[in-house]
Amino acid sequence: MTGTILFTIATLVALGLLFAVVLYFVAQKFKVEEDPRIGTVESILPGANCGGCGHAGCHAFAENVVKAPDMEGFFCPVGGNPVMTKVAEALGRAVEEKAPMVAVVRCNGTLANRPRTNEYDGYASCKVMASLYAGDTGCKFGCLGKGDCEAACKFDAIHVDPARGVATVDEDKCTACGACVKACPKGIIELRAKGFKNRRVTVLCVNKDKGAVTRKACSAGCIGCGKCAKTCPFGAITVENNVAYIDFNVCKLCRKCVESCPTHAINEFNFPPKPKIEEKPHEENV
Amino acid sequence: MKKTFRIGGVHPDDSKISAEAAIEIFPAIETAYVSMAQHLGAPATPIVAAGDKVKVGQVIAEPSGFISGFVHSPVSGTVKSVGPRADIAGNMVQHVEITVEGDEWMEDIDRSETIVKDIPFTPEEIIEKVKKAGIVGLGGASFPTHVKLAPPKDKKAECLILNGTECEPFLTSDDRIMREHPQEILIGGAIMMKALGVTRGYVGIEENKPAAIASMKEAAKAFPQIEVVVLKKRYPQGGEKQLIDAVIRRQVPSGALPIDTGAVVQNVGTSLAVYEAVQKNKPLIDNVITVTGRCLPVQHNYKVRIGTPMSKILEVAGGVPEKAGKIISGGPMMGRAIANLDAATVKANGAILVLTPEETRRRPESNCIRCAKCASACPMGLEPWLLNKLSRAGGLHAELEKERVYDCIECGCCSFTCPAGIPLLDMIRMSKAEVMKIMRSRPKK
Repeated sequence: MTGTILFTIATLVALGLLFAVVLYFVAQKFKVEEDPRIGTVESILPGANCGGCGHAGCHAFAENVVKAPDMEGFFCPVGGNPVMTKVAEALGRAVEEKAPMVAVVRCNGTLANRPRTNEYDGYASCKVMASLYAGDTGCKFGCLGKGDCEAACKFDAIHVDPARGVATVDEDKCTACGACVKACPKGIIELRAKGFKNRRVTVLCVNKDKGAVTRKACSAGCIGCGKCAKTCPFGAITVENNVAYIDFNVCKLCRKCVESCPTHAINEFNFPPKPKIEEKPHEENV
Repeated sequence: MKKTFRIGGVHPDDSKISAEAAIEIFPAIETAYVSMAQHLGAPATPIVAAGDKVKVGQVIAEPSGFISGFVHSPVSGTVKSVGPRADIAGNMVQHVEITVEGDEWMEDIDRSETIVKDIPFTPEEIIEKVKKAGIVGLGGASFPTHVKLAPPKDKKAECLILNGTECEPFLTSDDRIMREHPQEILIGGAIMMKALGVTRGYVGIEENKPAAIASMKEAAKAFPQIEVVVLKKRYPQGGEKQLIDAVIRRQVPSGALPIDTGAVVQNVGTSLAVYEAVQKNKPLIDNVITVTGRCLPVQHNYKVRIGTPMSKILEVAGGVPEKAGKIISGGPMMGRAIANLDAATVKANGAILVLTPEETRRRPESNCIRCAKCASACPMGLEPWLLNKLSRAGGLHAELEKERVYDCIECGCCSFTCPAGIPLLDMIRMSKAEVMKIMRSRPKK
């Protein structure tokens, strides 16, 4: 009995040693030479493998950035500037700081603002819903609220609030990887500059219908009246196809447009509350 | 033995509860909203403006491309406005709004009941008349009929098949017109056969319509070149490709057109419209719409002027019952839920179906167990479970194209048959649209 156990142990140890030696030589013979900097860069990256940079995960990003002659076109949206500075340091290169971005859902068609005209009971996916018809409200451009963006987000940063019926971004968690932008079949999510102290002014509407049609469908829709474009002292606003758009690179955050908008389609975010003037609070939707 | 098609198919309960309701003329409406996108292809261009007086049958819009069509005024009165209005899916489509005043028809339309059997026209004249009458395929796809009657020069038509299968459950409008207007349908068929230059014609009717079969067979005695073919009951037999297989035993290869088998398929409703257009000069201004559903106290088959709001039809039919769950345009298999009840009817509308919540309930979705029921049911020989998987993965357009997602006819057999309640068709339809868009954007060889 003891003999069998000892024999088994001895055989397994001998086999183990033999394979270890073989594997050692095989590993020496077929060793893959890898730039050690790839490992260094990869360890700096967040390791989320979100694909927001446009590469197939963090390792691919590291490989490509090491191969490339400079930092042009490489940016990790999750890690942002601090991570990119470290990567550049590790590679001994100079880096340009990028303005931090955040995903913005350009629709304020909440249940209160945009009455539902029919009930959708099909498969719960915005993409499927969009392939079937214009949507369960009078507006065929706005948020469908079935959560394709929520499913695409790897950072738990975007949710469809059932009480509002519109996707809402959690600014603190959003890394601006752009997964939700790609997932939205209506194309209403946009990456916008976070702005000074996270302050932003945004048109929360993409409705291209004529003013009268928009107004009927949603009380917070842009009717394309053009008042904001006339008010803006910096020429940051353009009105095209009956909808206003604020260029965040030009906008100086003066907030004149917010006051001029008759339907409150232009919203401000993260500004300190104004003293004295009692204003009707806009529903925050970032 | 009765014929049927050879690949796939399912047997839904046919529920033809409105089959005994004779066609009633729908009462006059106050306002008609005539859509400019009533046919496949480019929307028509309106040629009337607000304030214009129009008569029944007057041209109010002209085609704006090769695959497009004329639109006629279904009523007489004054044009109130021309502008966008929501269609049944909620999309904005150009409509001509006409306030109805009296019922004054164009002078050249023959409104008598006499049946005109002689066809004194040449094929070119017939095609021109069909085009001018704005006739589109009334089976549902609304493809302009004149395009189908003039096949490309390198393709030769050998026979005409009239589609009287009406394989969708609940629908009975084709059944009714075959019972009430068999002669007109057959003359329409003879007219189209003359236009195509073919000598052989068939009428395919499913066995669950014995009265229609009897009446068509009786009328067909006077038309030796047209044969009434009784088909087994099986969905989707009314699909063009399935019907060709069932009647003349030829299969349309993937990527080919039905004309490649030598067959041209036209719905019996289209045939009736062709008869009226060619022999009576009456353009396509009305159609028969079935208003049905188990929760409706009375079933109807109405002859409705095009441009009548759906809500008006339901109101006249007795209102929407409280227990109604979903209102569908078309049949329960391929029809679409009506998102906007104020939408007006278009040429190809065949039914308004009111279903109860129990009938429309979706089964809870569970996992695919690879039972292959969907693959057996697919009449196009596709593998719906695989297409569903590829669609959900996202971005696999090349693989989807390899699996011939573009061949899907959206009949819904896969979703109907799936024991796991997987919304196969929803997924496939979505990815089919994406793949077709990619295929169309490629430069033509």
